[in-house]
Order: sequence, then structure tokens, then C-alpha cells
Amino acid sequence: MAQVDIENLTISFGDREAVSDLSISIKRGDRFGVIGESGSGKSLTSMAIAGLLPETAKVTGTIRLDGEPLPADEKAMARLRGKRIGMVFQEPMTALNPLMKIGAQIDEALRLTHERGTVAALLDEVGLIPAHADRFPHQLSGGQRQRAMIAMALASQPDLLIADEPTSALDVITQRTVLDLIARVCDHRGMTLIFISHDIRAVAALCSRIGVMQGGRLVETGTTADILTAPKADYTKRLLAASRVERHVVAPLEHKQALLEVRNVAREYGHGGFWPWGRKTLRAVDGVSLSIAAGECLALVGPSGCGKSTLARMIVGLDSVTEGEMLLEGRAYRGRDLPPLLRAGLSLVFQDPFGSFDPRMTIGDSIAEPLHLLGRISPMERQARLKEAVEAVGLEESMLSRYPHEFSGGQRQRLAIARALVTKPKLVVLDEPVSALDVSVRGEVLQLLARLRREHGLSYLLISHDLDTVAAMADRVLIMEAGRIVEEGTPERLFAQPQHALTKALMAARLPDVA
Amino acid sequence: MILYFLRRFLGFAATLFIAAVVIFVLLDLLPGDPARFILGINASADAVASLRAQMGLDAPAHERFFSWVGGMLQGDFGVSHTQRRDVAGLIAERLSVTLPLTVVAMVLSVAIGLPLGILAARRRGKATDTGLMVLAQVGIAVPNFWFGMLLSLLFAVTLRWLPTGGFTPWNEDFWAAARGMVLPGLALALPQASILARVMRTALVDVTGQDFIRTARAKGMTTGEAVWRHGVRNALLPVLTILGLQFAFLVAGTIIVENVFYLPGLGRLIYTAISERDLILVRSATIVLVLVVSLVSLIVDLTYALVDPRLRRGDA
Amino acid sequence: MNWRLIRNHPSLLIGLVATALFALLGLVSLWWTPFPIEQIVVARRFQGPGPVHWLGTDNLGRDMFSLVMSGTLTSFWVGAAAVVIGIGVGVPLGLAAAAWGGAVEWLVIRISDVTFAFPSVVIAILITTLMGPSAANAIIAIGIFNIPVFARVARGGALAIATQDYVSAARLAGLGNVAISVRHLLPNIMSLIIVQGTIQLSLGILAEAGLSYIGLGTQPPATSLGLMLRDAQSVFLIHPWLSIVPGLAIVLIVIALNIAGDGLRDAMDPRLKREGINHGAG
Repeated sequence: MAQVDIENLTISFGDREAVSDLSISIKRGDRFGVIGESGSGKSLTSMAIAGLLPETAKVTGTIRLDGEPLPADEKAMARLRGKRIGMVFQEPMTALNPLMKIGAQIDEALRLTHERGTVAALLDEVGLIPAHADRFPHQLSGGQRQRAMIAMALASQPDLLIADEPTSALDVITQRTVLDLIARVCDHRGMTLIFISHDIRAVAALCSRIGVMQGGRLVETGTTADILTAPKADYTKRLLAASRVERHVVAPLEHKQALLEVRNVAREYGHGGFWPWGRKTLRAVDGVSLSIAAGECLALVGPSGCGKSTLARMIVGLDSVTEGEMLLEGRAYRGRDLPPLLRAGLSLVFQDPFGSFDPRMTIGDSIAEPLHLLGRISPMERQARLKEAVEAVGLEESMLSRYPHEFSGGQRQRLAIARALVTKPKLVVLDEPVSALDVSVRGEVLQLLARLRREHGLSYLLISHDLDTVAAMADRVLIMEAGRIVEEGTPERLFAQPQHALTKALMAARLPDVA
Repeated sequence: MILYFLRRFLGFAATLFIAAVVIFVLLDLLPGDPARFILGINASADAVASLRAQMGLDAPAHERFFSWVGGMLQGDFGVSHTQRRDVAGLIAERLSVTLPLTVVAMVLSVAIGLPLGILAARRRGKATDTGLMVLAQVGIAVPNFWFGMLLSLLFAVTLRWLPTGGFTPWNEDFWAAARGMVLPGLALALPQASILARVMRTALVDVTGQDFIRTARAKGMTTGEAVWRHGVRNALLPVLTILGLQFAFLVAGTIIVENVFYLPGLGRLIYTAISERDLILVRSATIVLVLVVSLVSLIVDLTYALVDPRLRRGDA
Repeated sequence: MNWRLIRNHPSLLIGLVATALFALLGLVSLWWTPFPIEQIVVARRFQGPGPVHWLGTDNLGRDMFSLVMSGTLTSFWVGAAAVVIGIGVGVPLGLAAAAWGGAVEWLVIRISDVTFAFPSVVIAILITTLMGPSAANAIIAIGIFNIPVFARVARGGALAIATQDYVSAARLAGLGNVAISVRHLLPNIMSLIIVQGTIQLSLGILAEAGLSYIGLGTQPPATSLGLMLRDAQSVFLIHPWLSIVPGLAIVLIVIALNIAGDGLRDAMDPRLKREGINHGAG
């Protein structure tokens, strides 16, 4: 008998069906992965199993746990899920009560289900120490919070663990350790796992069976091996293709003249507020030197908080250095003092295509904004520049009069690239250019970036924590940790023979390729 | 934590100091000579000059400012020339009406507003919720002094349960004094209770949608239990901010409402002082009001830090 | 604002129409009232509502309906002028705090803290001591009280907007703080300001009534709803009608404004918190 048996589940909000006619059966001890992009209905399905759907949802179909339909009574359902189902959510910061200590929150889970375990034992099981019980959620790191969530989920000795994107809010290294932890506790306790993710490689690494969802429908189920090697549905094929990143090699230019030089740059932040005596200084960037040659693509890789974004902000002139200087085409600057004409020579593409356009301005006005830097130009030239930029990214001039909300994420990122090109810069800083995009459009955007680099002889500074993007794009890679550059090399060399501990950890945290 | 307290306290002191400067400068700019006003138009120049000297008006402005502030720090608010009494005593006497009234109103508004807000949030979208929110909408729109008039018409004139107004000092007859607080307290509390009910409802509805409520439900609680155990305390954070603001409005409100019930509060003292150009009295009474308001917002800030661990760090 | 918006939010329509009716009633009083408001006819005082005097007459024989019309105008005028002062000073302060940060922000926060420590009644007391009571004093007092409210709303909204990448993009495009405030911050916090504006307008009308009632606001021969209540105070227990009419007028106007404000907030941005009301009644 299946442990979880879903038959013809349909979840709708008003007259919109979010999940349609879904049937899955999951056996005891299975590790079942559900994969799909945002809006595919994968999270709603898992919420339905635990009876946690919002009140406005209308549900038809049946869900059985060990052959028993879920109780209709709210209290009985609550006790059942408390006892039988452990849940781990995406964002551990908001999923924990900010006003309660970690220990008290875990203890509550124990007491609710009358389990005899102790908080200390649970903390130990997930790799935390007893002292963590006395902390508040904001005093833990993201990975520690997620471990605490897992401890809480284990408190009731559940036989089913539902993990809903448990690692997508974490950085690469932590992501891997949390995945390993989930795998370990499931093995150790013999729990069934339902693992929901948009990352096909995480699912492949963890699960024995996979269900692929798209637009509220289950398009394919099968064993992991079958899905990876012989996908039947077109959508699955596309997902698999998109997760294989091609290498976009551009023949490096011979004359390696430095376009940008960063010399011994440091950035300190005052901490502790207004009173000088309470102030601590934090060196976000600590003595970094680097240079980018004309036509080169240099990647800067490191965990979140390592200072790579701060460095990028100083280079483009959004922030100023505390020490050191930078030279763009031989002219020195310290950051915000970058003069307008020099500013036109470099640009930035932001991570999140949804935040990078003013919702109240037309796309055309937004893209034209950097033209300020060139001084007065005629309306005709302005229009010509806009047309050129938009067509370079494969979109049409007619789109310029529309507003941002009319475009998809992928289109917006193309438009953001168009804005970065409008002043014809030599250097473009790419801050995680594809990590906010759905997997299926990432490949296209990377391709576009490679083509533009070839056609316009651009140099890129690529900021990323994603090694695949880096492998696909970069000529040279710098690894950054705690404000310093700890290793440098070609991607091939770093992947094959990492030297520094962080580089090794990054390489070890990579999930195996699915192909 | 201590650093946080210290910084909040210094902010409070700075606010008070700037407020004192503002009040002093404003009233010092006043055209006309208080000494001449007291003595009348026919007074001789000599008499005016000697009264000015006696009142300390011939000293330079900054000296007068610091002697005023310095005096207040030692509890000496000066002497009112119209009432011929020391200002500290006058204000203290009136505060014994104004402050208890504010506190009564505050307690009433919390006792009425919070439970109704919680009830509305729990019955969200149902008739109870709609009914309560319509009531709150009306409650917010009712001017407190007008509501006071209606209350005294109903309870004092028609039903004759409570006095229409006037005040028996606390030390003469405690219960009579307390009875005198009921109607004005209710009048002040109604709009604030309506606001509180709305804020409480919204805060609780917002909190109910938070991830940690879902976590609590995942642990085995019903929505109701999760909201009760985890939601209410979190929802009280925004409510606390409102409570601080409300105290300020209640203090100000008493000045208006005491007019309806003929209470000898701070307001009455101030009107008289304005019409008689008793600057020392106006100056000191306003700074006392500002002090009370700032003190309450300081207390709210500190309570906030006690309730919310995220604020306890010095750099918060 | 377009018509679809209004159709989808019936309460907004109701609130706006009711507000417009009261505003119109007040405006008409500029050119026409059933009876001149300063016309004192002792012979016809204390009349109940009837075909000639729709809402009756007061203790001086003045026509109550005419007084309410004129008083409504005063209420709107005082409340609106105070909102204009609040927006005119507060919003630039809040935007400056958000755009420049650092010392500018510290200064703006200090200014708002100090202003917040003065309830509008206290400001009115100080101004009245300085210049004597008048409707203009009420406007200034309520306006000053509004300044930190709008400064906080503008700063809070602008800070949220300022973290958006499009603001960084504008900085990269060489735009200064002023240009960024005008092009990006202001348009994106406009809905917040409009919603807060309706709240402060209704609070201003309540505050004006309170100030006039204790004699620190509008002075005769002009009239306001608060002043009508003050006039009715002495005869209130015998002739409650004289107090009920202007009081009810205030309640209805404020309810209309609040419904319109709630509707606007829901229509413009459903995510806006409902805490705007928290700035309370001074």
C-alpha cells in the first residue's frame, strides 16, 4: 500500500486552476522529487498533503495517508500532520518565530506530540550544538536556521518529510550540506521524503523517483534514471537541455592591454551606529587588486557576504573605496567620483530583472536614462541609439513605449542588457545576470551575452556564485573570501585542481551533472 | 542592550532640549511687554522697569533660558505673576486631574480595542468582523468632545447615573473623583479604541499570513492555536507603536474634553494663562505636556526592545 | 486613476461621491446659503427643523443649514490647507532624508521627533499665545503636526524604493539625488502620499473642530462645525439638537473621507498596510 496516495487532485482559486487532476502514489521509504518552475503548482501539491492550503483554495480529489483519507476536521488534521509529517520550508528566517528562542520552538514541537526526545539530541542530530537552543533566529546563519527547522520537523518522529525548496535561499556550499543532511536523516530514520525544487540537479542527487510539473499538471513521472536518460515529455527534455550549460568560448584577444585596473582597494563600513566609541569597522573588501584586459571575461566567485558585490559597486561608481584606487583606461578614480564621460564607458546589469526597471516609466525612457552621460544629444540620435540597443538584444523598437510589467523575466533581462549597452561601454559588469531567471531561459541569456561580447568586443566582469555560469562564460576566475582574493586561474584549472580550501569546498559542493 | 537604552535616552533628552529652545524662542518673540501688560497702560516707565527687573526680563535671552531650564531641572518652575503662586504647584495640581484621566482613557481603549480587534481578525470576513469594522469606522470619525457631550446627555441628564461634570479633589472624596473620570474617560477612549481595534485586526491578519504561523501549524496546531500562541505576540509589536502615539493624543485630548465636563485640568490653566499673558505658566505647562509625550514614547521604545530580541543589539 | 479602478472598488466610489457632495455643499456656501449666516433674528431662535429652516435655527436665530454649509467649507479648507503644508514641507524632507542619508537623514529624523512631541493642541496653544486665535492658526498648527507624518511616510516609502535596482541604475546613469527623487522616488510613493493625505484630511477636520471648540481656532463671525459646537455648549442640555447637527455633520464627513481613503489604498496598492490610520486624532 502506498504511503501517500493522491488521486485526481485539483486545487483552484476562484475560477483559476492551480493544480489540475493530479495523481501520484508514493511508497514508504521512497524519495520522491517534484520538479517544476515557479507557478507550476508543486508547492501547492505538497501543502495539500499536509492540509496547509490557504482557506481560499478549493480542493477536489482525494489524498490518502496509508490508505486513510485525510480527516476533514481541522483539529484532527492538525494533530495528524504534527505527528506524521515533518515539514521544511524555503525561507528559514521567516519560517521561524522571530520572538522565540530556537530551543523553545523545537521544544514546543516535542510537547505538542508528546515525544520523549530532547532538544539537545535533536540539535545534535542536525549538526548544531546545545548552545544554539538559547539563540533567537536572527542570531543564526541561514544554514543554521535551516538545520533548526529540520530539527523541529524531526521532533515528532514523523515517517514523512516534506521539504519545499529547502535550499534555494542558501548559498552554494550550505546548500550542499543541507541536502546531505536531509539525505542522511531520511536514511537514518527510514523516512519517506517528498522534495520540491526547481533545481533538477538537486532533485537528481537526492531522489529515487521524480515527478515533473508544468502549469499545474504532472507531465511525467518515473525513476530518476529514466527521467534523466530517457525523458518522454517535451517539457522534461527542455528542462534537461537548459540545465546543461554550454561553454561560450570567445577567442581571447592577443594584445592584453588592461582596460580596468583595481589597485589595492579596500572598503570599510562603520558598524555600531552614531556614537564613535561603540563603532566597529568591518572590512568588506580588503586589499583587492585585479585587472581586466580589453575583450576579456573575468569572473569573481565567492559565497554571499564575501565582498564581491561591494567591489562591483565601487567599480561601477555606486560606492567609493576607503583605500586604494581604480583605473579605467588609465584614468584613476575612487568610485562615486567617476566623471560622466568615463561612466559611459562601463555599465552594470543587475541580478533581478523585476527590480531594475521603474514600473512607472516606459521601457524606452528607462533605457535612454544612461544617455544623460553623453551630454546633450538630438532626439533623432537618441531614438537611433535606443533602436540599435534594443535590436542588439533581439527585441523590437516598438516595445520601447511599453511598461515593464508587460514583459517576462527573460525579456526584461534582455532589456536590462540593452540599457547597459546604450552608451556603447567597453566594460559591462554582470551581477548574477541569470540567477533570478527560470532555468529554461538562462541558456538564451548566456548565449546573448556571449554573442554581444563577440560582436562588440566587450569586456565582462561576471559576479556569480554559480560555477556553471562561470564555467560557461569566463576566461579567468578569481575566488573571493572575506574581502580578499584567495585564488586565481582559468576555469579549467580551478575545476581540475582547486588549491585554496574555499575553492575546494565550492567544487565539492557542486551537484553532479544530470547528463 | 544598555547601549540601546542609553542611545534612546539621549535621543529623548535631545528632543526635550530642542523642544525647550523652540518654546522659549517662540514665546520670547512675543510682541508686547508682559510687565506692561500686568501693570496696565497707565503704569509709569519706572514701575514697568522695576517689575521687569523683578521678573528677570532684563537679563539677556540665553541667561533667561538657562535659568528657566536649570530651575526646572531642580523642580523650580518659577512663580506665576497672575496667580501669585509657584508654577510647579499649579501644574502638579492640574496634572492630578489630567494624568489620571489620560490613564483611565488609555486603559479603557486597550480593554475595549484589543479584544474586539482580535475577535474581528479571528472572524475575518464574517458578519462579526464586518459589524465591528463598521463600528470602528464610526468610532474613529466621532470627535471625542462631542461624544462626551452625548454621554453626559445620556448618563448624567437622562439616566442621572453619573455627574455631568465638575471635579471633587482626590483627597476629599476618592470615589467621587473616580466617578468624575468615567464619562470623560469613555469619551476619550472611543476613537482610540476604534483605531486600536482596526490596527490589532490588521496586524493579526498580517501575522496570520506569515510563514512562522504555517510552521506552527505544521507542528500540529490548528490555525487558531497557532495564531494564539505565536501570532498575538508578534501582532502586538505594531500595536505597541500605536499605543505610544495614542497616549500623546489622549493627553492632548484631555485638554479639549475637560471643557465638556468642567474639569479643572491643565487645559483650563493654559487658557487662562494665555488670556492673561502669563508667559511663565504657558511656557512651563507646554514643556510639561511635551515631557509627558516624549517620556511615553521613550517608554514604548524601551518596551519594544524588551519584547523584540532583534532590537536588543546596540547597532539596531 | 481610471474608471475601471473605481468600478472594482465600490466603497471607493461611495466614499468619493459622499466626500464630493459635502465638499460641494461647502463650496456652494461661498455664493449662496438659504439664509445669511450672520443674520441674527432673536425672534426665531430655537426653531426645530421645518420647511423654512431645514435644520432649524440656533440660539441666535441663525439658520442651522446655512451654518452647516459654511462650517463644512471651513472644515475642508482648514483640513486641506494643513495637508498642503504637511505635504509641501514633509515630503521634500522625507525624500531628502532617503536620498542623501547620513547627516541629512539624522537631522530630518530629529526634526520629526521633536515635532511629534508637540501634539497639535500644544502647537495651537503656542501659536495662539503668539498671534491670538484664528482659523489661520488652526491651519498652521495642524499643518505643522502633519509635517512629520508626511516626512515619515515619504522617507519610509522612498527608502523601500531606493533599494530597488532601478534607482541604482539611475545613479549609474549619472543622475543626482534631486533628479532621482523627482524621476523615480516621488512617482513611486505618490499613492502612499495620496492615501495618507486623505487620512490627514479627515484627522485635520477633527482637529479643527476640537481647536475651534476650545476657542483656539475659527473665530466669529466666520463659522465652523467646531465653533457651532462651542456656541451650543451653554444651551446643550436644554437644546441638544444644536449640538447634534454639527457633530453629526463632522462624523459623516470624516466617515466619507475615511471610506474614500480605505478604498484608495486598496485600489492603488493592496499591499499597503492599514496602519496609516495610526497617526491618530490630535
